[in-house]
Amino acid sequence: MIPELGHYALVLALVVALVQSVIPLWGAARRDAAMMEVGRTAAYCQFAALALAFGALTYAHVVSDFSVLNVVENSHTDKPMLYKVAGVWGNHEGSLVLWVFILALFGALVAAFGRNLPASLRARVLAVQGMIGVGFLWFMVATSNPFTRVDPAPLNGHDLNPLLQDPGLAFHPPFLYLGYVGFSLCFSFAAGALIEGRVDAAWARWVRPWALIAWSSLTLGIAMGSWWSYYTLGWGGWWFWDPVENASLMPWLAGTALLHSAIVVEKRDTLKSWTILLAIVTFTLSLMGTFLVRSGVLTSVHAFASDPARGVFILALLVVATGGGLLLYALRAPVLKAGGLFAPISREGGLVLNNLLLSTACATVFLGTLYPLFMDAVGGGKISIGPPFFNATFVPLMVPVVAVMALGPLLSWKRADLAGVLGRLKIAALVGVVAALAALWLAGTKPVLAVLALGLAGWAVMGAVVDVADRIRLFRMPLSDSISRARHLPRGAWGTAIAHAGLGVAVAGMVGTSAWTTEAIQVLHIGQSVDVAGYSFRLDSVAEAPGPNYTARRAVLTVTRNGDFVATLAPEQRFYPVTRMTTTGAAIHTNFFSDLYAVVGEPAPDGTGYNTRFYRHPLVPWIWVGSILMMAGGLVSLSDRRLRVGVPLKRAVPRAAAAVPPAPAE
Amino acid sequence: MRRLMFLIPLVLFLGLAGWFGVRLKQIDRGDTPDRLPSVMIDKPVPAFDLPPLVDGQPGVASAGLADGKVRLVNFWASWCAPCRSEHSILMRLAGQGVDIRGIDYKDKAADGQAILARDGNPYAAVARDESGRTAIDFGVYGVPETYVIDRQGRIRYRQVGPITPQDLQNRILPLINELSK
Amino acid sequence: MRRVLFTLVLAATLLSGPLARAVQPDEMLSDPAMEARARAISKDLRCLVCQNQSIDDSDAPLARDLRLLLRERLVKGDTDAQAVAFLTDRYGDYVLLRPPVRPATYLLWFGPFALLVVGGGILLWRGRRGSAGAEALAPPLTAEEKAHLAMLMRDEDEGKGRP
Repeated sequence: MIPELGHYALVLALVVALVQSVIPLWGAARRDAAMMEVGRTAAYCQFAALALAFGALTYAHVVSDFSVLNVVENSHTDKPMLYKVAGVWGNHEGSLVLWVFILALFGALVAAFGRNLPASLRARVLAVQGMIGVGFLWFMVATSNPFTRVDPAPLNGHDLNPLLQDPGLAFHPPFLYLGYVGFSLCFSFAAGALIEGRVDAAWARWVRPWALIAWSSLTLGIAMGSWWSYYTLGWGGWWFWDPVENASLMPWLAGTALLHSAIVVEKRDTLKSWTILLAIVTFTLSLMGTFLVRSGVLTSVHAFASDPARGVFILALLVVATGGGLLLYALRAPVLKAGGLFAPISREGGLVLNNLLLSTACATVFLGTLYPLFMDAVGGGKISIGPPFFNATFVPLMVPVVAVMALGPLLSWKRADLAGVLGRLKIAALVGVVAALAALWLAGTKPVLAVLALGLAGWAVMGAVVDVADRIRLFRMPLSDSISRARHLPRGAWGTAIAHAGLGVAVAGMVGTSAWTTEAIQVLHIGQSVDVAGYSFRLDSVAEAPGPNYTARRAVLTVTRNGDFVATLAPEQRFYPVTRMTTTGAAIHTNFFSDLYAVVGEPAPDGTGYNTRFYRHPLVPWIWVGSILMMAGGLVSLSDRRLRVGVPLKRAVPRAAAAVPPAPAE
Repeated sequence: MRRLMFLIPLVLFLGLAGWFGVRLKQIDRGDTPDRLPSVMIDKPVPAFDLPPLVDGQPGVASAGLADGKVRLVNFWASWCAPCRSEHSILMRLAGQGVDIRGIDYKDKAADGQAILARDGNPYAAVARDESGRTAIDFGVYGVPETYVIDRQGRIRYRQVGPITPQDLQNRILPLINELSK
Repeated sequence: MRRVLFTLVLAATLLSGPLARAVQPDEMLSDPAMEARARAISKDLRCLVCQNQSIDDSDAPLARDLRLLLRERLVKGDTDAQAVAFLTDRYGDYVLLRPPVRPATYLLWFGPFALLVVGGGILLWRGRRGSAGAEALAPPLTAEEKAHLAMLMRDEDEGKGRP
């Protein structure tokens, strides 16, 4: 009964989404307030219906209702409750339910908190959001019904892929989808503004919170995914340039560019059509990720069981959404008026450079991900594109991004004094040099580039600190005044500094582990030990250990340094009988500056010892500390008073900028 | 002119979408991204000399493949499920007089023998490649794989995965007929 | 459609899952320098039956065979390039995780940098025109603009602009 209710709710949501996508748009064209108001009601109804559908599917998974095909294929009665819930989105159909549920959630949020939007813009945004909903709901109802029944119901299910039975991965998809779908709202705002024919500072200010939510969620989602790779794949790799990883990185890069260019629209009323284009492109990249993962056009470790029939449908959605968006762009963007002028060395200039570099980086990932597909289509032969390509192209592009990042926030608008800014950053340069020297002293000269990159990371982190210190006039006035200034400093400025520092910290982590990991692979007998980077790992015991839906072989290791106890590590190999798969559970000991990482694998062929792998990964925790800082920076910015709901708009529209004569082009 | 600039993203995107569409069509026809073309096409078979699967019967060697007869070389294994699905097709081909040489890939001899005893033996000769090195020399990346060898002992076609009736009708049989002329 | 499913079944039988346990102790060479070379080469070679994994990361049987083969070639005295060529002769460029630079991949390798140069060029060109324009056209800030800028600055620096 409940699954049928869920299915009914899906169909109902489709009907409601149809209403939402037509009536408000029509109403906005006719300036009919009542019709525009339908958009809000429909958004609430759609959210309610999809909450019901999502709840019904979750219920079926929680109670292990094996008359539902989706539950049979992805669940098992012995599975822990956490993974019964996570199993809802651990498959194609269920993940789509989550997708549309989040889509409807954002629609409802706009309806609820968009009171300060002009009625016509709100109606148009909700209509576009409704159209996206129609597409995905239609797709689900037509090809991917999660509530399909099986008769007779089997006694038990096939269990979820054990790799997905992991806390890190359980909540990775919801955050990723919050990000992808959040950018749908930026797209809707862009489309709405194009229909209105008006993009101004107020528009940028309305889009910003949604872009921040999406960006922060996506940052966290990507970080969780890489953390999961780090501790499950058995040797500490955290990024593989796999197409599915790239599919999440591309919207992140474009979204980061969007966040920055929207600032220029807000403050200086220029870069409008570029920002609109970025909003469309960011969501397109999110949708394209969905297409790549589910259509089977690319091979990936993480892809869903692929099906070209679904691929055709998603491609059609992509063509309608993006094609529609870009057509609207081609028709309406030329009428957008350009605003203020600025010198190349200025805050605007810095943000434009940021956009150029991030767009190029995004294009690089795009080419690297899709080029094999291009070669397939033109019959140019099969090629593979892996980490060596991205290390040679993407990484050099990120160097100037990080280098300029410290400068940007200190530049003044319109025209800046570069020499002055560099002077204020002397201390950051000093910290960079110290960081590089420290790396040189601790790790030796080998990879010179890594030493330089670490210096760059130090520069970036300190640059963010200098930015805040400068604004609160730290050490240049009494401390109490500085604290008071710090308290009144806009949250946006705090958010910028925190996020920028976070990127610097994350870069240090990436560099540290890529350049200076120590590895030891050997057969160890019980009681034997081996030295890794100054630590001694002793294998104490290996024993069977039962788990809820698996059996484990757990090893116990004692780690010492110069005879002093450091840690006990207990890595295990888990065998899941239902799926007949084995997973590796690495044991990790962290002291914040480095991780000790241990895996004990199969018994060695000689039968008496075990294959063991030990690592020391320097600075690796900083990757995730930095990512969390970036996300936190986004959330702090989000709490900025100026973005809050209901803030009077009297200052939001800097008409003054229009007083400057427009540039000849754009 | 300036307006046309704003059309560029749309044009680029439509190109991209069209190309996605072409790929989907190709995949639907079986040209999936994990299907590799062979670089060995039109090259002589790599040199090898493998011992027989069944003691006392002949093995398979590259020297015997350039004697003016068109042949199939089929890599298979007892542990490979898709190999079972193409077995009946191989039996039918053998019945029509096609000379098929089998290479049992990374398998226990007893297991390979047992399968042939149970399902029938379509091979004119069948050998064991225990180390898998001969397979690597052919560029095999998974079993089953089937190679069409021409009269001069050159590789002319590679089938990746089980031979389906369509592959047989549309590609393999016409090629054998043409090469045998 | 059926063929695709077939391929998936095939793939499922060939793969032992995306679990990377990679190089095993018994495969490793006793000469650390030679082993280091082997590791470096195998990190850039694709495991053919896995998806976007190097043979160094993969525990697929074929990846193991290729790792052993690679080490054999090195022990026999192959240079790195010869050892890699041994595999590309059999499997084509597909085994290389670093695609070769040839006309068909020029767009891939040089596209990003071309984009950067073109994008940067357009910006510089427009920036020059813009700043020339700014010099010539833009009067010093208008009073209104100054007031607005001051408000923004205050807003920015002290956050005191609240109503």
